[in-house]
Amino acid sequence: MKLKELEGILQDCAVFSDPKIQYEQYPTTAHLAARMLYTADTVYDDIEDKVIGDFGCGCGVLSIAANILGAGIGFDIDPDAVAIAQENCDQFDISMDFVLTDLTQARLDRFKGQIDTIIMNPPFGTKTKGVDMVLLKKAIEIAGTSVYSLHKTSTRDHIMKKAKEWGVGCEVLAELKASLYYQYMYIFDVPMMYKFHKKKSVDIAVDFLRFSK
Amino acid sequence: MRLITHNLLQCHVKNCNSNNFPLKIEDAQVELIEADYNPEFLVNMLPKIDWPVLVNTAKQLGLPEIPAQVPEDAENNEAFLQGLHSVLLETHIQQGRMICPGCGHVFNIKEGIPNMLLAEHEI
Repeated sequence: MKLKELEGILQDCAVFSDPKIQYEQYPTTAHLAARMLYTADTVYDDIEDKVIGDFGCGCGVLSIAANILGAGIGFDIDPDAVAIAQENCDQFDISMDFVLTDLTQARLDRFKGQIDTIIMNPPFGTKTKGVDMVLLKKAIEIAGTSVYSLHKTSTRDHIMKKAKEWGVGCEVLAELKASLYYQYMYIFDVPMMYKFHKKKSVDIAVDFLRFSK
Repeated sequence: MRLITHNLLQCHVKNCNSNNFPLKIEDAQVELIEADYNPEFLVNMLPKIDWPVLVNTAKQLGLPEIPAQVPEDAENNEAFLQGLHSVLLETHIQQGRMICPGCGHVFNIKEGIPNMLLAEHEI
């Protein structure tokens, strides 16, 4: 499948109608999701015929991109988001599973190594400090081969250090821009998602990272 | 939820550390939804599946029988892979519940989505 074709399909995905601030629910845009998955598939062969997990899948844009190219399971804490993700799947005739769970607490021992690749657009940990690293650590524990994730560039040094500690490789695949509203809200290309975002947006730098085991 | 996921889910209630798998499915409403057949994916999956659990679950749900053991020629056994495809990837549990064999915790499945969220005191 061509990149443009994948992006075109993803553009029809429904996103959060009423995003929850405590979960930092910012949708991954079709543009970004298509590129993330396309890179993982064509450059690293991490998607096709593989089992893919989407940690904090939200409305499932990354999951759906993964499932167009491979097969996977989405995990999220928010039933409303998962319901939208499920509807998106139905709309595209995509057969995948979603599990409602709190990834910061869930024990997923049996998934260890069963999921080959984990993709995620995690919360940046601005509402619940450190949640980004908790999810990343868990993803690295579970994934058999690799983890693809988005993180603030300002945390790159810390993440690199942690990756070393955890004994995994870490590579910056791309530097992206996200918009910052007030001092703690981030968004990818979708302005004015939250009602109180009245101020002009400020761009922040985001890394697209690949961790390899 | 398809059986591929059921094969991986365990109870994760606090202190429920043994006999927490497989979750027993009860009052299941099963729907068969056609999916693209991908033999390469199935072959990759084979070593990862807890086979006896899958066989048992399929039996409980009254699905077409799959062999008690993975045949030696599985990779090239079209009939076997087709059968596995149907049980593993096309069988959806839309409603029902899963019960932990150890602690008895009930996880509901609603509109195809298993709810593994726990209450504060269960974490």
